[in-house]
Amino acid sequence: MKSLEELKKLREKAQKELQARKTENKAKVTVGMGTCGIAAGARALLKELMAEINRRNLDVIITQTGCIGMCEKEPLIDVELPGEDRITYGNLKAEDIVKIVVEHIVNGNIVEDLAIARADKE
Amino acid sequence: MRELSLHILDIIQNSIAAQASLIKLSIDEEIEEDILGIKISDDGCGMSEEMKEKVLDPFVTSRKTRKVGLGLSLFKAIAEACEGDLELDSKLDQGTEVVAQFKYSHIDRPPLGDMVGTIITLLALNPNLDLIYIHSVDGQEFSFNTRLIRDELGGLAINNQEILSWIDNYLTEGLKELRG
Repeated sequence: MKSLEELKKLREKAQKELQARKTENKAKVTVGMGTCGIAAGARALLKELMAEINRRNLDVIITQTGCIGMCEKEPLIDVELPGEDRITYGNLKAEDIVKIVVEHIVNGNIVEDLAIARADKE
Repeated sequence: MRELSLHILDIIQNSIAAQASLIKLSIDEEIEEDILGIKISDDGCGMSEEMKEKVLDPFVTSRKTRKVGLGLSLFKAIAEACEGDLELDSKLDQGTEVVAQFKYSHIDRPPLGDMVGTIITLLALNPNLDLIYIHSVDGQEFSFNTRLIRDELGGLAINNQEILSWIDNYLTEGLKELRG
């Protein structure tokens, strides 16, 4: 059985890594977690998203939203790069996540064939 | 939804929308008694009597009350389809409790599914949420409490990737041990 003691060691390691990271201008991904999103597979999508972000050691804020009224396009995620428009991707499958992370979050290019909406930057 | 763990994720989203800071989730698998019980309680804003009547009816819920939506009525329907039931108790400004029961062996009962995935999803997206999760199988118990985890973290966010991956392993091992 794992013990809570292990967390202390992890904490030191994680805190050192955090110090090396920037605190602002991070990319933000929002996952739709309403009933419609969950029923359409948002949980598996989030799992894939977190795995891909960790694999590439990216520093991304992941957050959630409820139903936004586009239930038929769930599961969906929004990607917002600092200073750029917010892009909504819909009808996603787990394998689309790699593409969005690599193309959009890493390289800054919108994945046009998966994008369903664009909102002007705030 | 194909898994009860997805319904649980959905119902807890209601608690989050109701500004709950502590959520208690208990799952009781009484295989010998042929009962599966799921209880979710929160300290969120609760509901009025009038609202309580409405939320279980899928055709009454309006857009204005979107924070409740279809989730509860779906969960109730699946419980009733499995010779079980769902009860809702809620007090305004105090919190809400949802108790669902299923006939364990009922052919229509969805599997519990990926409980670890549900807990990790909740913590990843809601790092400030406190969650107490107690899972028992025929009297054997496994418990997980984010407050105990947080005590060890000294201000580090619970959704730090190293911490989440530790929690993932902790839950996976704990639940595996529960089933022997």
